[in-house]
Amino acid sequence: MKYVSEFRAKAFIEALLGEIAKEAASGIRRTFMEVCGTHTAAIARGGLKRLLPAAIKLVSGPGCPVCVTSTAYIDAAMARALRPEVTIATFGDMLRVPGSAGTLEAAKARGADVRVVLSVLEALAMARERPDRRVVFLGIGFETTAPTTAAALARARAEGIGNFLVASAHKTMPAAMRALAADPAVAVEGYICPGHVCTVAGLAPFAPLVEEFGIPAAIAGFEPTDVLAAVLALIKQRNRGESRLENLYRRSVRPEGNPKARRLVASVFEPADAWWRGLGVLPGSGLALRREYAAHDADAVLPVAAEAPREPAGCRCADVLKGIIEPKDCPLFGEACAPDRPIGACMVSSEGACHAAHRWDRS
Amino acid sequence: MCVAFPMRVTAVTGDRGRVALGDVEQEVSLELLDNVAVGDYVIVHAGFALQTLDRGEAAETLAMLGALTRPEEEPAP
Ligand code: SF4
Repeated sequence: MKYVSEFRAKAFIEALLGEIAKEAASGIRRTFMEVCGTHTAAIARGGLKRLLPAAIKLVSGPGCPVCVTSTAYIDAAMARALRPEVTIATFGDMLRVPGSAGTLEAAKARGADVRVVLSVLEALAMARERPDRRVVFLGIGFETTAPTTAAALARARAEGIGNFLVASAHKTMPAAMRALAADPAVAVEGYICPGHVCTVAGLAPFAPLVEEFGIPAAIAGFEPTDVLAAVLALIKQRNRGESRLENLYRRSVRPEGNPKARRLVASVFEPADAWWRGLGVLPGSGLALRREYAAHDADAVLPVAAEAPREPAGCRCADVLKGIIEPKDCPLFGEACAPDRPIGACMVSSEGACHAAHRWDRS
Repeated sequence: MCVAFPMRVTAVTGDRGRVALGDVEQEVSLELLDNVAVGDYVIVHAGFALQTLDRGEAAETLAMLGALTRPEEEPAP
């Protein structure tokens, strides 16, 4: 697999680990955060934590879309799923996230029309084929995914596919990273920045953060050598007292990102306040449909009565998402809460820190 | 969720294309990019090509990694 296998080469991994060991020889403890859930999954899959020196700790951040999505959002999706004319189309991970009154998976088992899609375009096709159904796509994800939802909405509007609706919980990353950097309870000394978010967003949204908080940052791809190169860059910066934004994923991340994708997002969505599990409401960190798209906005077309959501009792997902505790520090981890019986969102998604830790500990 | 792979473009028809990775072949939307050509590698996420992979940059990164495996030579900066 070209441009994949090369970046998994054992010789490169060993060389990077050797360099990291040299830089970590002082034994000074360093805590770095992989902001992106896809990095969390890649680190777990590659067993990278076991390979790194004990002085280097990697903690997961808020970049798992399913994990940060509110229980209220799941509850709204459940309420809509129960309407006879509604089809819910969603990425698979959302099916098993516990809402106040169960999961979408359970609703599906009881007869609700809930479909798993790999792309928003499949949801749009469903709406096109079944004008009698209202297809509600659950729009979750960050800068990487928002352009795909925007493209589908623009097409639905142009083609007059009025039964295609989006419930948007799309979010943008920099505000969350800023909130974490400003939180004294979070002791992160460097960010592994999300490579595919930056592929779209470019460098500009992240540079000010690095400057303001004096925190080293490295944009990384998702193969083992990409992640290890980022760890090496961060520890080097720390050891030399530097703080810079380094782009180590240049094969995908241009400094300007993908302006065409961003223009499309800006034409469909506008910034809105958004609630993040662990971080609360962050002003302007969400993407809401613009007024021109109100006819496709599930919140406008299919409003649901907001009831106070019930969070799963005892779940410490909120602290896990800030890197304050590790999954194994949660009393429910492993016994009560496991991937086949998840209590919190962080155990559901393969990108969730609890899910990744559970798999890794047992492998 | 932000999972995305570099896939080789095997066909282009307007703003739709076909891409392949190993034995997997799929359709993608190319509407987020300009000037995609057959033979290019693109980063594919959720049914869309998000960026054209920069082969020069990929080669440079691999060269830097290669240099790390040969410490007897001049180390990479
Ligand atoms: S182990 Fe389960 S209950 Fe504990 S924080 Fe993680 S998801 Fe929540």
